[in-house]
Amino acid sequence: MRRIALLGMPNTGKSTFFNRLTGANARIGNWPGITVDLLSARILLGAEMVEIVDLPGLYDLHGFTEDEQVVRRFLLSNPVDLLCIILNATQIDQQLPLVLQLQRLGLKTLVVMNMADEAERLGIRFDTATLAAGLDCPVCLISAKYGRGFPEARKVLQQILSLNSPATTPAPRIDFAADEALVAAAEKLIARSVAIPRMLDFSLSERIDRFALHPVLGIPLFFFVLFLLFQGVYTLGGPLQDGVAWLLEQFRELILVHLHGVLPDWLYGLLVEGVYDGLGTVASFVPVIVLFFLGMALIEDSGYLPRIAFLMDALMARVGLDGRSFVMLLMGFGCNVPALMGTRVMRSRGLRLLSMLIIPFSLCSARLQVFVFLTTALFSPIQAPLVLFVLYTMSFLTALVTALLFKNRLSNSEPLLIELPPYRLPTFNQVLLRGWHEVHHFLSRATRFIVAGVVMIWLLTHLPTDVPAGSTETLAGMFGGWLEPVLRPIGIDQHMAVVLLFGFVAKEIVLGAMAVVYGLQGDALAQSMAQHMDWVQAFSFMLFTLVYTPCLSTVATLRSESKSTAFTGISIVWSLVLAWLLSFVFYQSARLLMG
Amino acid sequence: MELTRLSDLAIGQYGIIEEIEAEESFRWRLQALGFRIGREVRLIRQALFGGPLQVQVGSINVMLRRQDAASIQLRATG
Repeated sequence: MRRIALLGMPNTGKSTFFNRLTGANARIGNWPGITVDLLSARILLGAEMVEIVDLPGLYDLHGFTEDEQVVRRFLLSNPVDLLCIILNATQIDQQLPLVLQLQRLGLKTLVVMNMADEAERLGIRFDTATLAAGLDCPVCLISAKYGRGFPEARKVLQQILSLNSPATTPAPRIDFAADEALVAAAEKLIARSVAIPRMLDFSLSERIDRFALHPVLGIPLFFFVLFLLFQGVYTLGGPLQDGVAWLLEQFRELILVHLHGVLPDWLYGLLVEGVYDGLGTVASFVPVIVLFFLGMALIEDSGYLPRIAFLMDALMARVGLDGRSFVMLLMGFGCNVPALMGTRVMRSRGLRLLSMLIIPFSLCSARLQVFVFLTTALFSPIQAPLVLFVLYTMSFLTALVTALLFKNRLSNSEPLLIELPPYRLPTFNQVLLRGWHEVHHFLSRATRFIVAGVVMIWLLTHLPTDVPAGSTETLAGMFGGWLEPVLRPIGIDQHMAVVLLFGFVAKEIVLGAMAVVYGLQGDALAQSMAQHMDWVQAFSFMLFTLVYTPCLSTVATLRSESKSTAFTGISIVWSLVLAWLLSFVFYQSARLLMG
Repeated sequence: MELTRLSDLAIGQYGIIEEIEAEESFRWRLQALGFRIGREVRLIRQALFGGPLQVQVGSINVMLRRQDAASIQLRATG
């Protein structure tokens, strides 16, 4: 099979081009280097199956970030038929030296100049024929976002591949010395083939930045944007959530209960009171999660994230991190796993490890479900959002304090240089595709873990068969009994201890587990929770859930990204210790104060 | 002609890059984003509490920290 590698600097719309070419769901981000996984797809080009590989963004071939090393390693070890180099046409003067550098690898190349629409608006004009002659390779001018010029680019790809020549890997040694000459050559070529107005007009982005990056208003504005995101998610998501819960309940009442006499008791219990109730409780939160991810995708694709890095860098520098680490924390609001992988754009190992140490404290969407459920069950409608706000604040504080405590061990001195791309309005399809990709990932992960988790919990609470279900004599009761000495001081009883035990695997299980442990779902479960615990216990439970190890996937990612078992161990132990201490201090002082 | 550091430029001021005294890897990164000898740059704004600078260089806007910007020497042009 023929292979095409997509290459280019961050922020060139490489992923958008990849998506258009393959129809696959790659992540599209305005944050430099967000495309960290090696995405690939097979497509039919002409009469041939061709493999397209989307390589991480790189600034130059001798970069020192993990991403840039990935590109080098990939090219040196995988034969490639064609290098497809994506440029941001509005920045051709900056990016052309990279093209020349890549051409020195000796592979066949095609240069795709993306964002033709923006370049046109900025008044940049290209003489593509001269450019192609100068580069000695085909050059296409396209807009991957709107599809302009795309069919032609596809045709050119096909033509190049039809000229039969074997795939190659470049010579392992790359000569760096000639780079200064490349820059000069690129400038000469630009002078002949591109007309760039002396001052480019970024007035719209600059006008937005006057507010978004305002020295005083910038940070409050950022919190206001976050507030709008959450407000929007709950205003739209609340009714949807009630609707899904109602549907699931109807299905149970009208159809599933009739299976009671038909199926053996144990099977009915396992399927309906175990799997159905467990999954159903989690499923009712799906609309909220979908909306949340769509909102995150909108913010990410707009170009606002690097601005947040700009605003927060001074604060983060004081705890040994930089603005990018803060953005990773925000990404962690969705899911910690991609946020951890996002640290690959950092070169300094200390900085990267410190960022990876704090990301698991980011209150991810799975934990959010648990908190929304418990706050709704135990607090008044006015208190509930406040409690959530306190939990988000705790999420930031634990992250910052952790960084402060560990910063001397993981010192770093990495210069920070990030592009602030112009604001872009993502197309409806882009956001939808991104949102869908995230949701798909979330659901496949959630359903896998939840089904296994709730079945396990149902078994634990119902075995051995000769004792009352859910009693202290069941396996679950015994586990709870062992954990009791540790968890009683923080107000967590035997039942909830078992729930926490499974929460270690994935937080999505926590809600399902509560449904199974109490044998209830939906409103009935909420009422039962309110009878079983008071608000102090509930808050202590939520604090612990927030801080202790998020899930097995996060642990696995920590291990694979840090390549250090010791570091992963420290991360787990520290989060457990911190979780217990915080809950202990809160629970005991609340009890003391309230008598 | 006296040289100014990028970090000492006034907000809104332009300058032509004369010299870059950064360590190798950072110099390449600067180069890739358009910081080259002879290029015109402009300081757009600075974040609060000694935070990073926003600099326009050619067609790109970037942020970089004060101490890193100090490695770039300019001839201020107004």
